[in-house]
Amino acid sequence: MGTVQSEIKFSEEKLKKAQEIISRYPESRQKSALLPILHLAQREFDGWLSVPVMDYVATLLNIKPIEVYEVATFYTMFNLKPVGKCLIEFCRTGPCMHNRADQIIEYTEKKLGIKVGETTTDNKFSLKAVECLGACGYAPMAQIGKFYYEHLTEEKMDKIIARLGQEDFNPDNKYEI
Amino acid sequence: MARKLLLENINVPGVKSFNVYRANGGYRSVEKALKTMSPDDVMEEVKKSGLRGRGGAGFPTGMKWSFLDRKSDKPRYLVCNADESEPGTFKDRFLMEYIPHLLIEGLIVSSYSLGSNTTYIYIRGEYRWIVDILENAIAEAKHNGFLGKNILGSGYDLEIYVQPGGGAYICGEETALIESLEGKRGNPRMKPPFPAISGLYNCPTVVNNVETLATVVPIINMGGDEYAKIGVGRSTGTKLISACGHMNKPGVYEIELGLPVDEFLNSDEYCGGIRAGHTLKAVVPGGSSVPILPAELFYKTKEGVARLMSYESLSEGGFASGSMLGSGGFIAMDETTCIVRNLWNFTRFYHHESCGQCSPCREGTGWMEKVLHRLEHGHGSMSDIDLLVDIAKKIEGNTICPLGDAAAWPVASHIRHFREEFEYHVKFPEKVAHSPFAHSVDYKRELNTVLQ
Repeated sequence: MGTVQSEIKFSEEKLKKAQEIISRYPESRQKSALLPILHLAQREFDGWLSVPVMDYVATLLNIKPIEVYEVATFYTMFNLKPVGKCLIEFCRTGPCMHNRADQIIEYTEKKLGIKVGETTTDNKFSLKAVECLGACGYAPMAQIGKFYYEHLTEEKMDKIIARLGQEDFNPDNKYEI
Repeated sequence: MARKLLLENINVPGVKSFNVYRANGGYRSVEKALKTMSPDDVMEEVKKSGLRGRGGAGFPTGMKWSFLDRKSDKPRYLVCNADESEPGTFKDRFLMEYIPHLLIEGLIVSSYSLGSNTTYIYIRGEYRWIVDILENAIAEAKHNGFLGKNILGSGYDLEIYVQPGGGAYICGEETALIESLEGKRGNPRMKPPFPAISGLYNCPTVVNNVETLATVVPIINMGGDEYAKIGVGRSTGTKLISACGHMNKPGVYEIELGLPVDEFLNSDEYCGGIRAGHTLKAVVPGGSSVPILPAELFYKTKEGVARLMSYESLSEGGFASGSMLGSGGFIAMDETTCIVRNLWNFTRFYHHESCGQCSPCREGTGWMEKVLHRLEHGHGSMSDIDLLVDIAKKIEGNTICPLGDAAAWPVASHIRHFREEFEYHVKFPEKVAHSPFAHSVDYKRELNTVLQ
């Protein structure tokens, strides 16, 4: 995890995946692959999209860089600055708020010593507050990597932070807490 | 025990896999449609069923299909709207996560009827693990001859692809979804032309919600006329309701439309009642955008008629004293809920999710959020309450897409039914500034004391 992205190039495996994604759309409509490929790029390049990464995606799709920038800045799932290894995205909307989301967020902020929007100095954790994630019946909740962590309590947050702060954290794994 | 059509096999172990789903009657509708029915026959059955779109608007599905330009030489597309993002709504997630082949089956039959050879499932990007589930289901269906070239020897070809969004509520609006699927910002398009004439890549396109397309399966299996016998009036069939908030058993339930709201909220078969020791204060019955109903107008209409879980009954009284079934995102709130805070939260959501294309929505939602923030934090004035109503009026009906209406309706209805609570926030700023929830129980008593 870091802020320097020296070599901007997909691995062989990811490049093959990108080409498969592009093939899903009619000829000359390859721009449709932009969102899925931005997701792929974000996962490949340290969890965020730098300008060189976006330029690389533009080259892959044979579109102008501005077409990538305007999309990447519109959708909230794309991180435009570096984030910690473990990005905790709390839902704070309606039903989550009714079930103590604000208190859980505040508790986590205090525990990690950072506010929403910030990253711990060791680059292990970042906090983000997002709008409805479609888990209203299992509130309060947070998305971490690929999965949802639901029915959160202060005790559960302690366990999550202890487990996910370990070096082997992988955002594509589901951790039983 | 209520009749289940969509979730009939939800408790069958392993039903997520093709083999188990198939062994329990899955894909019969594909066999029936492709072997014994023409595409028009399928559409006729959907029309007869009276199925209304389950995404929120409730437009008749068969009629929507009939608008598709079938004379055009261009390819036709079916796009499945799985961009579920309305606060309170999590039913499509449940269906895709636990019984994905039902959606794939519905997509095959619907695509056949519409003449689409390429169909996209546009799913909200956050549901990353569900993308894997759907892609696995698609691969299994293809491996077993239900997708790809010459399905079941019928001569019909179909490919289904999953497209993740990027976290934008507006992409649930069909034209914004199409823009997003074309790799652009999710800015809604002006209508007309409607997608049925000029949609994805300017080709004839139908956009339907996940639950709507899944419901095509039981309709074809049982026949449109039989399906239409379920439910009440023009609210035919069953509906998934995602229930959340201050209740004992939040979750996703399949109900027969026409079920009394009292039974849905309070019986053990469904929500199990409001949490112990508390009383119901208000309900948002169809996702955050629909008007809020105070408990007394939720159980009974203004005329004293018992309210039902149906499109017509929940909207009885119009917006003055009724609401909407909407997406089925059912949010129950007990007496500890601060209505001002609830509205501030909802309005923040709409401000955040406004695409920014139309000035009334872009500026108005932010303005309302600011006013509500100061009211909730004890810095508001009485004129702020009327100001909110005024801003909401100026947004409603004045935007390209319905997000403006969706932002305005909660503001108008929260103030209409709970004006006293907004006034309380002005009169007792010291009570609301530091205790966002604790004050809500006693606000009426204290307000009455002051007014007397």
